[in-house]
Amino acid sequence: MSVEQQDERTIRCLVAKVGLDGHDRGAHVIARALRDAGFEVIYSGLHRSPDEVVQAAVQEDVDVVGISILSGAHKTLVPRILDGLREYDAFDDRLVLVGGIVPDDDQPELRDLGVDEIFGPGASMEEMIRYIREQAPER
Amino acid sequence: MSDLVDDLLAGKHSALARVITKIENRSPGYREVVSALHEHTGHAEVIGVTGSPGAGKSTLVDKVAARLREDGDTVGVIAIDPSSPYSGGAVLGDRIRMASNAGDMDVFFRSMSARGSLGGLSTATTDAVTALDAFGKDYVIVETVGAGQNEVDIVRTADTVAVLVPPGSGDDVQMLKAGILEIGDVFVVNKADLDGADRTVQQLREMLQGRSTAGHHGASGAEMAEVAGTADDGGDAGEETDAWEPPIVETVANRGEGVEDFLAALDDHGDYLDRTGGREQQARDRFAAEIRTLLREDANSLLAAELDRQGGIESAVDDVLARETDPYTVVDEVLAPLRDSLDDPSDPRE
Repeated sequence: MSVEQQDERTIRCLVAKVGLDGHDRGAHVIARALRDAGFEVIYSGLHRSPDEVVQAAVQEDVDVVGISILSGAHKTLVPRILDGLREYDAFDDRLVLVGGIVPDDDQPELRDLGVDEIFGPGASMEEMIRYIREQAPER
Repeated sequence: MSDLVDDLLAGKHSALARVITKIENRSPGYREVVSALHEHTGHAEVIGVTGSPGAGKSTLVDKVAARLREDGDTVGVIAIDPSSPYSGGAVLGDRIRMASNAGDMDVFFRSMSARGSLGGLSTATTDAVTALDAFGKDYVIVETVGAGQNEVDIVRTADTVAVLVPPGSGDDVQMLKAGILEIGDVFVVNKADLDGADRTVQQLREMLQGRSTAGHHGASGAEMAEVAGTADDGGDAGEETDAWEPPIVETVANRGEGVEDFLAALDDHGDYLDRTGGREQQARDRFAAEIRTLLREDANSLLAAELDRQGGIESAVDDVLARETDPYTVVDEVLAPLRDSLDDPSDPRE
């Protein structure tokens, strides 16, 4: 082993907007806050398909897949992303977070499917950053 | 660890992604991985794309990747974003422009940040290109802002370097004078539908003529070199007589205009490299530079450790400040074990 190798690593997060949802102010705020927390943030841009989110999550080898949905289509879109991650063997060592508007009744179902945490309106950035720092999987 | 190499060679996308992560983090074992991959490389065409922020690099790369995919080629893209590492974090946005290849896993797009690492970025990029090459990508495109020595070093790892210039800004042509002009094999005036594009092409042409006057013998030179190239694969002799004249291509990347011309220019340069033996020479230069860089980095960290063992930099500085010793003597003392083991006859202490 060489002496130059180092143990510390930078946490990488994908902030993704999926589906027909043009509201990206929240995603921008989150991207900036995560950056300021010292994370590397890959921002997907608007109107991404689940396939694109999977492609980005796999190729960028992110620790955290953050999905922002305000359109109400989470029950369709999120399972497709989770399936895609599993297909590419990129599910187990990744946190999957959903942000936006998810009714309480839908939350257990998403968690059962493999979503690690859901951050709704009113969730603080500190809370989210702390969660990521604590829960980001060891690799 | 060797599983990771096997998985990558077997074409597993997540393994390729993880290898690049290890390379970026320089995490334990990354050197062994890159070493193991080396023998599987040498097949990819490596293209560097550089230019000022907003020149349209990502958009052009997106269109080029899509076009290459139509021909059945696979593509790897490394987009380096040196935008100031703020608190160590960064927002990497180049991916937004990759709309033409949405969901196509055979375009492997990876964002890398500068991370303020000490000159390690070009090493990391070289290693990431190795990973994509070993994975079997036909083309690897390295995209970075062309500002500063670091970025120049990065694009130098490419077989062909394309420099993008947006029209209408004197500043961008000024930038070319600061070291970018020399490294460009193909120049692209992107956003060629904007006012001032013609003038930018004109300015570029004048500057490039200034660059290629030395050692250029006109049109017949190419044929002469072709003969010389087949007789002698050394490359050096061929390059003297058959100087490459960088073409200027006009594109409107967001509409896909000029992408064919750009690809043709890249092909021309590839043919030129094959014809003149330049490709082999470039590879030799590249590996020589890589060996030197690794030697320097590794020797540096060994020496830093030795300095620590001998009391650390601060205590050495204290002594120098108190005029008890001087910088040369400190260096001689730190290097003494190395000199002894190498048995250097030029030891100044003797």
